[in-house]
Amino acid sequence: MSSATATPARPAGAALAARVGRSVTSNPSVLPTIASVVIFVGMIVYGEIAYGRIVQASTLSNLLINNAHLIVLAVALTFVIITGGIDLSVGSIIAFSSVAGVMLVNAGWNPFAVAVTMIVIGAVFGLVSGVLIRYFNVQPFIATLAMMFLGRGLASLLSTQPERLPEDSGLRWIGEKIKLIDGPKVNDLTVTPAVIVAVIVVLAAFFVLHRTRTGRTVYAIGGSENSALLMGLPVHRTKVLVYVISGALAGLAAVLYTARLGTAQNITGIGWELDAIAAAVIGGTVLTGAYGYVLGSVVGALVLGLMTVLITRDGGIPPEMTTIITGGILLVFVLLQRAVTRKKE
Amino acid sequence: MNNATAVWRDLIHKPFFWGIIAIVALLVLNVMKDPGYLAISINPNNGNLVGNVIDILRQAAPIMMIAIGMSLVIATAGIDLSVGSMMAVAGAVSMEFLSGPGATGSAGAAFTAVGLSLLVTAALGAVNGVLVAYVGLQPFIATLVLMLAGRGIAKVITGGQNTAASNESYRWIANGYVLGIPVVFILAVAIVIAVAWVVRRSALGLMIEAIGINPKASRMAGIKPKGLLLTAYILSGVLAGVAGVMSVGSVMTVDISRTGYQLELDAILAVVIGGASLMGGKFSLSGAFVGALLIATLDKTVLFLGVSSSATPAFKALVIIVICLLQSDRVRAWFRRRRSAATAPSVDAPKKEVAA
Repeated sequence: MSSATATPARPAGAALAARVGRSVTSNPSVLPTIASVVIFVGMIVYGEIAYGRIVQASTLSNLLINNAHLIVLAVALTFVIITGGIDLSVGSIIAFSSVAGVMLVNAGWNPFAVAVTMIVIGAVFGLVSGVLIRYFNVQPFIATLAMMFLGRGLASLLSTQPERLPEDSGLRWIGEKIKLIDGPKVNDLTVTPAVIVAVIVVLAAFFVLHRTRTGRTVYAIGGSENSALLMGLPVHRTKVLVYVISGALAGLAAVLYTARLGTAQNITGIGWELDAIAAAVIGGTVLTGAYGYVLGSVVGALVLGLMTVLITRDGGIPPEMTTIITGGILLVFVLLQRAVTRKKE
Repeated sequence: MNNATAVWRDLIHKPFFWGIIAIVALLVLNVMKDPGYLAISINPNNGNLVGNVIDILRQAAPIMMIAIGMSLVIATAGIDLSVGSMMAVAGAVSMEFLSGPGATGSAGAAFTAVGLSLLVTAALGAVNGVLVAYVGLQPFIATLVLMLAGRGIAKVITGGQNTAASNESYRWIANGYVLGIPVVFILAVAIVIAVAWVVRRSALGLMIEAIGINPKASRMAGIKPKGLLLTAYILSGVLAGVAGVMSVGSVMTVDISRTGYQLELDAILAVVIGGASLMGGKFSLSGAFVGALLIATLDKTVLFLGVSSSATPAFKALVIIVICLLQSDRVRAWFRRRRSAATAPSVDAPKKEVAA
């Protein structure tokens, strides 16, 4: 199933269309992913016609810059959800990790060491969830819920005030804009190191999930854990690993976000686990496990990001409608997935 | 003497036993800090009871409401993440109605406001129920949608404002006293008893548990899972509405982003403390009742010990982790090994656990 998205389209669009058509008929579960790509393109076209200035370098690069952390989180959740689990703790990990990170910077730590520490903090949280799930048979939902509480509580114990990064801190470099193409006026194509990191994460995750034995084990666990065990796959190790990956990526997302914003607070990241779950689901990852694509989740994250842009541009839509629209989109995609999987039954 | 140990062993396997132990431990901790903590005095002006314990009972009431609803939903092997948002919606409906032009300060207006709120939350619960029972979505994701959208709905109802209103009768629900005892607590206990009575005196509880254990088998046994699922989610919605009325009633303001915020997690925690399995198939309303009391006690204790209230989640997390560890087979087997090594190997111990 990975081959559908893996190999680049060879000569022309016609070949790509045929390939897409073939993969849909052979595996209808790619339909939600295709739907999300269509919706993303549709949103861009609609936005360009209705409000203008969407298809331009600055808007598109800002979309990436502002959502780099969400993309990383969506990748993290993709791993967990494909095994049939869930990770509710990512938002709180970001809170704890970023508050701790900024405090360490202020205590005079080397920014590189701080970034590594932040990722390690996330990985430790993930490890605890993984151990609870693997060794004590705690449901993923409850184990990561506990970690969610723990992260939020510990972050609040550290500080309830916004902690600021110093202006000259080395950590801020990750969020600094680099002009790739100097366009007219402010219309520049810019990236930040954070965007590059996010892209590397996506590529690495893509490689691991679709090209390695570990990735196949992840899919196998989601399909049927018992069958995977009987096949002799390293189910237990992989299950713990998945939560460690998710936690570490949450730590990384904390680095990216903190570097861009320059502040950290105990209430940072509230509800981001839901955004990340929504991104993964919109991108075609099925919550019961076994189906999903890393690139789909990236598109899902971009759909959510673009939705915020469009709502801000419109001005007529009250901002309080944002969550209703997110919920609506999510519902549509889950229903679509349900229709597709029901057909297969 | 033998009889006493049997009673003791029965008690230890009751789902709420460890919850009560934890409440007592927390209260002891409080008493150590302030020996007068448990004192209950009578307010000479109005004859009402005042004291920390009374405050705990008052705070536990909304948690009890959502925990009872959550118990039933979890017993069907589902989960309802939207209760916190539904509390906000109920609060928004009430406050918007009471502050509206047509409303008076009368008891009738308060009654209508409560009725409207419960009607709206029942409808939202029905949406969850339809998505789960008839469309066949996973409960987690079906209710997640409403969890996201619910707060948005509350914001749309109030136009993005934190609407405040005044109505003495409505306020009385949350702040009033009957015979010196807070009305909220009496109300909560009455509702818990009513639900427990209906569920346990009829076959409803049994059928809900049957769905949780095996939906297919229960359908073949002649139970109609769809209607029951729908009932469970509607009930959860209505109880969340009651909790919403209770929590906005005490301040007469709905804070659309804070009312009921993350209370779904408290409700789940209460149910887990009560000994219900999140896999579905069994529930204990008395356990959830004790669980709700424990959470209110924990909240109050953390504040009392001078820790910032935003740090309470860390303590809740520790409680969850300890409970999960106590419930896990690995730790139980470990305890059993130690016990049987110390005394004679007991045959009936594992059987008791299954029964509990």
